[in-house]
Amino acid sequence: MAALSEEQRMIKDQASAWVREQAPVSTFRAMRDQDVAQGFFSETWQAMIEMGWTGLVVPETYGGAGLGYQTLGLVLEQLGRNLVASPLYASSVVGAAALMHSGSEDQKQALLPKIADGGRLVVLALEEGPRHNPSQIMCRAELTSSGVTLSGTKQFVMEGSAATDFVVAAKVDHGAGETGVGLFLVACDTPGVRRHAVKTMDSRGYASVTFNDVALDLEAMLAGPDTGQAVLEAVLDVATAALAAEMLGTAAAAFDMTLDYLKTRKQFGQVIGGFQALGHRAAGLYSEMELTRSCVEAALAALDNDAQDAQELVALAKCKASEFLHEMSSQLIQIHGGIGMTDEFDAGFYLKRARVLENALGNAAYHRDRYAKLLNF
Amino acid sequence: MTEQAINLDTFRAEVAGWLQENFPENLKGQGIAPFGGVEGDRVVEGDAALWRDRLASRGWGTPTWPADLGGGGLNHEEAKVLSEEMHHVGAINPIPLLAGMGVTMVGPTIMEYGTEDQKKRHIPGICSGKVRWCLGYSEPNAGSDLASLATKAEENGDHWLINGQKVWTSGADISQWCGALVRTDSGVKKRDGISFLMLKMDQPGVETRPIKLIAGASPFCETFFNDARAEKDDLLGALNDGWSVGKRLLQYERASQTGARPTSNKVSGSLQSLAKSYVGETATGELADADLRVRIADHLMHTRAHGLTIARITAEAKGNPEVSAAASILKNSATRVSQERAELTLEFMGHQGLGWEGDDFSEDEIEHVRGWLGGKAISIYGGSFEIQNNIIAKNILGLPETTQKG
Repeated sequence: MAALSEEQRMIKDQASAWVREQAPVSTFRAMRDQDVAQGFFSETWQAMIEMGWTGLVVPETYGGAGLGYQTLGLVLEQLGRNLVASPLYASSVVGAAALMHSGSEDQKQALLPKIADGGRLVVLALEEGPRHNPSQIMCRAELTSSGVTLSGTKQFVMEGSAATDFVVAAKVDHGAGETGVGLFLVACDTPGVRRHAVKTMDSRGYASVTFNDVALDLEAMLAGPDTGQAVLEAVLDVATAALAAEMLGTAAAAFDMTLDYLKTRKQFGQVIGGFQALGHRAAGLYSEMELTRSCVEAALAALDNDAQDAQELVALAKCKASEFLHEMSSQLIQIHGGIGMTDEFDAGFYLKRARVLENALGNAAYHRDRYAKLLNF
Repeated sequence: MTEQAINLDTFRAEVAGWLQENFPENLKGQGIAPFGGVEGDRVVEGDAALWRDRLASRGWGTPTWPADLGGGGLNHEEAKVLSEEMHHVGAINPIPLLAGMGVTMVGPTIMEYGTEDQKKRHIPGICSGKVRWCLGYSEPNAGSDLASLATKAEENGDHWLINGQKVWTSGADISQWCGALVRTDSGVKKRDGISFLMLKMDQPGVETRPIKLIAGASPFCETFFNDARAEKDDLLGALNDGWSVGKRLLQYERASQTGARPTSNKVSGSLQSLAKSYVGETATGELADADLRVRIADHLMHTRAHGLTIARITAEAKGNPEVSAAASILKNSATRVSQERAELTLEFMGHQGLGWEGDDFSEDEIEHVRGWLGGKAISIYGGSFEIQNNIIAKNILGLPETTQKG
């Protein structure tokens, strides 16, 4: 990144110090070992609220700091390094983006300050099948004279266990057949909403959520069928670029651990990093890391600047971050050898987190295809 | 407007006026062809010679070099203005091409390591575009392991006598001077017995033989030294310190190689539309070959990532004296961009991508075959792909060295 501003440098340093001192990987391990139902420690979340990260990208009018996605990326990257588990990404980034891109002024006023102060956890409920496919939404929202009836099931809802509210993407039915996609705000305690925790290998708080003829007021419709698709795409662009920043941090930490091991582990009377096969592998991984960083920073900057080619850059960033994290997390285990296979060592956490995030919001193949489509071939 | 901006505007006006008076109209848009092309196999004459000499008279062939040595004495902003104005009128600066390795590598190294006398004797010639330089580095038995070079230089009264063979001396057959790495001490560690000598190519002890490559004719030569002579005061840097001098010179080379260039500039248009023209498309506008489509997308994404990395390094370099560590990855990354593009193009052209000559193939197709073949050298020269990885592992990542035993 070109020179950071004074404020960005401060935020980055703060995040880096906090993650190092207050949120080491052992905290994540303790959370996993204690099988914390919500998928994160409340103390962790409280600390983030106090540091103001929950309102980082929320506009100042709604109680946030109104900072850009490049600044947010600095924090997410640090969190990714130590696998910090929290609803920051799901609610304060994706949930906030949904409200910032849709909803009436009253809805923004009501909810964004709550997201910014961590009082409400608003998360996107989108996926319905095993693979990211936002163009195949089956959830239905029937518009009636008195309101909306929502039905369907959403899977792998990130932080769905702790969420207080869902932003649900559903096909809108006017009575005269389905039209486009709309976004609907649903409080988790609305009658007809049922959720159950989904145990994923990364020990985070995912949930499956069923909406069984859930009756909502018309005001629950954040975006109708005329704007829903565009809003969803804009929200997914933010979500995808921000996720790539977190993944870059996770991969960079895995790289650092691996490099450190290459310099200390001795076999055949020498440190193993002196073997050319491993030196070249490290050089290759380093190169991919630098290329990935360029893509992630460019995508975040494109969102901040409303750049024409933002979609291309977001697809590029997620594709590269997925590819690099995939390879890096595998090499983290391979180069550590036997110890990398033990649960006592942290490498497994990185591998598990890697595969989950690679799949989230479209894997490398999905975004390669998307990139080709954006370039008309 | 700041004073600097006003000065730049004045300078721009001056350059525009000068170009109008001095740039020969019929060279407009002609590129490097009138200056002998890449091979340099044509005598520079007529308007081409006139333009070369006029440009050199202002020192504008080497705009940022010191004026008292024949350069333009311009700062970087002024040099940029000059280049923009030249581009504007369709003029090119032929001097870096005409000087062979002089402008890109030898000149900067002489200015860094040379004595005042050496600068005065050699730099003006490079600036004039009339003295072409080649480099005697590689030998048949010293490629990636350059330090094991065996060409020997012995003191012989007031001069050095050089014996041995160099290879891959680009442009040796048309150069006036050569910068050569030679062994001046065989009794020490390989790297500690090498010196950098400058010698004239036009002398009885120097013989050159062009090398034909897999792509056809090439600028490369074998160069033989049989009691070739170099003057005592043409030792660049200290005696037996040639390894540092030569390594520094290669850094200038790498700096000029990091931009990803298409191996063939003849095949124009986007890669994806060219691919469609050979492979066809589906009803929904996708490339008909799904597997190729994925690999082209992957290639274009890597190309984009490479470009973004160059931009990031440039941004990080502003106001930061230290070169970004990321810069070390650019040579290999650029190599991948070029070679991958050439291979993909060859693949989607099918039969039409396999021509050598004749009317069954378009000019573009044949040009592409030659470019694809020639591009195989990119991962070999200027520090091979493997040497680049050694450099990253050792210098950037701090891993121990095992392969380059001194």
